[in-house]
Amino acid sequence: MVKVKLMLATIAVLLLTGCADVKAYQKNKLNDSEMVLGDRKIQKTESNFESYREGASGANGGKVGGGCGCN
Amino acid sequence: MKKICLTVVGLCCMLLSAFSQSDNIDTASYRSKKLQFDEAHLVSGYYNQTGDHSAVTGGTGTQKLNDVANIFDLQFVKWNNANNKYTWNAQLGIDYHTAASQAYINLSGASNAGGTRVYPSLNWNVEKNNGFTFGAGAGISYEYNYQSINGNFSIGKISKNKNTEINFKGEAFFDQVTLIEPSELIPKVTTTSGTTYTTASGNVIRSGGDEHKANIPTSARNTFSGSLTLSHVINKNFQVAVIADGVAQSGFLSLPFHRVYFKDQDSAKIEHLPNTRYKLPLGVRFSYFAGDKIIIKAYYRYYTDSWGIKANTASIEVPYKVSPFFSISPFYRYYIQTASPYFAPYKEHLTSDAYYSSNYDYSAFTSQYFGINFKITPKRGVFNIPFFNTLEIRYGRYTQTTGLQANNIAIDLKFK
Repeated sequence: MVKVKLMLATIAVLLLTGCADVKAYQKNKLNDSEMVLGDRKIQKTESNFESYREGASGANGGKVGGGCGCN
Repeated sequence: MKKICLTVVGLCCMLLSAFSQSDNIDTASYRSKKLQFDEAHLVSGYYNQTGDHSAVTGGTGTQKLNDVANIFDLQFVKWNNANNKYTWNAQLGIDYHTAASQAYINLSGASNAGGTRVYPSLNWNVEKNNGFTFGAGAGISYEYNYQSINGNFSIGKISKNKNTEINFKGEAFFDQVTLIEPSELIPKVTTTSGTTYTTASGNVIRSGGDEHKANIPTSARNTFSGSLTLSHVINKNFQVAVIADGVAQSGFLSLPFHRVYFKDQDSAKIEHLPNTRYKLPLGVRFSYFAGDKIIIKAYYRYYTDSWGIKANTASIEVPYKVSPFFSISPFYRYYIQTASPYFAPYKEHLTSDAYYSSNYDYSAFTSQYFGINFKITPKRGVFNIPFFNTLEIRYGRYTQTTGLQANNIAIDLKFK
């Protein structure tokens, strides 16, 4: 429960400081391909093995089923 | 609890205010109304692993595995007269693996150690001029002992200034597990002409070296998931995303060729796990442009599930832009999980246990993953080939406190 509270507090702080209305012409850095908020295409294979070799998965935009990962 | 409620109310207010901000005039130039090729990716990866806790042999024995993965991803776009953007994506994945432990499904080590997985999928998405997005997709996955079909849909809203986006994605997977059991646990009849393996009801599944796969029964495994993502631009250098998933699984969630050996019995049984599992992962990501050359990308996830596993994942990647066309990105990931009460090592379960598994994926361990990513996007194309837009190479080394070690190398060729 403490962790959930900490996470919500962090999110609230981040969003509270986020009132700046960033215009399209100010987004040259945000639009950099390295700034993408998600895994790279090249990470598909590693997110597969992580979900197969570890008990936890999800919350990363990856798949949650559909493969055996039996070995 | 009161504080959590206040925080949630605060978040909702900020979301509403974000979506009510003033409109921006779209100054986009002419866009083709015809379906056009947008980009293609060819991702190839090689993964190898070693370890000594294979679940096939009851939590002891080699986990040596090699896997070659190839994913071809093709994307097309078009705009209509109302300036709605339509995206079509087709993907084909083909993996081939060899796993030493797989050979020991047959106690003598005579089973086929290799296997291929093929997984095509199609996805469609529309981004409407009023900021709403809708998507749908479907895919299949085929392995010798595992088949899956899946479908998904998504709905989202992008704020008018494009600084905030909220998206919900629902997915369903309908899987069939072929019940291939360890050889010594299959009913068999041995005569002078050889050994014949049968199902419990007497159907022949292997005789004289020939396998009658159609006679091997299958069992269903269904997965339903919902994923809510909120992303927000904090300022011109900083953006953040929060992801909350809920996953429900039901059906045959064990694997039929995973052996478990007991303290109080000589012979093995197959792994037995509950037929439902609920997972709740919560994640937060941010990316921050520090100065002109360094980007900091971080990710944290908290995970809990109904099988008693709790896990924390933290990762950081720091792309350094050597030039506008070339970046080097070292990365590090730390993962820790608690054990499921259904797990025990080799010969530590009791036959009186309701559920039992010696699969070390459910044990308590920590893992570390580190490596480096190179990305080159030359102005005139890679090797001066104009449509060869980007070349990316990524290598990582993975270690677990269970003793499992792995290397993963991948290459992504992007054509645009």
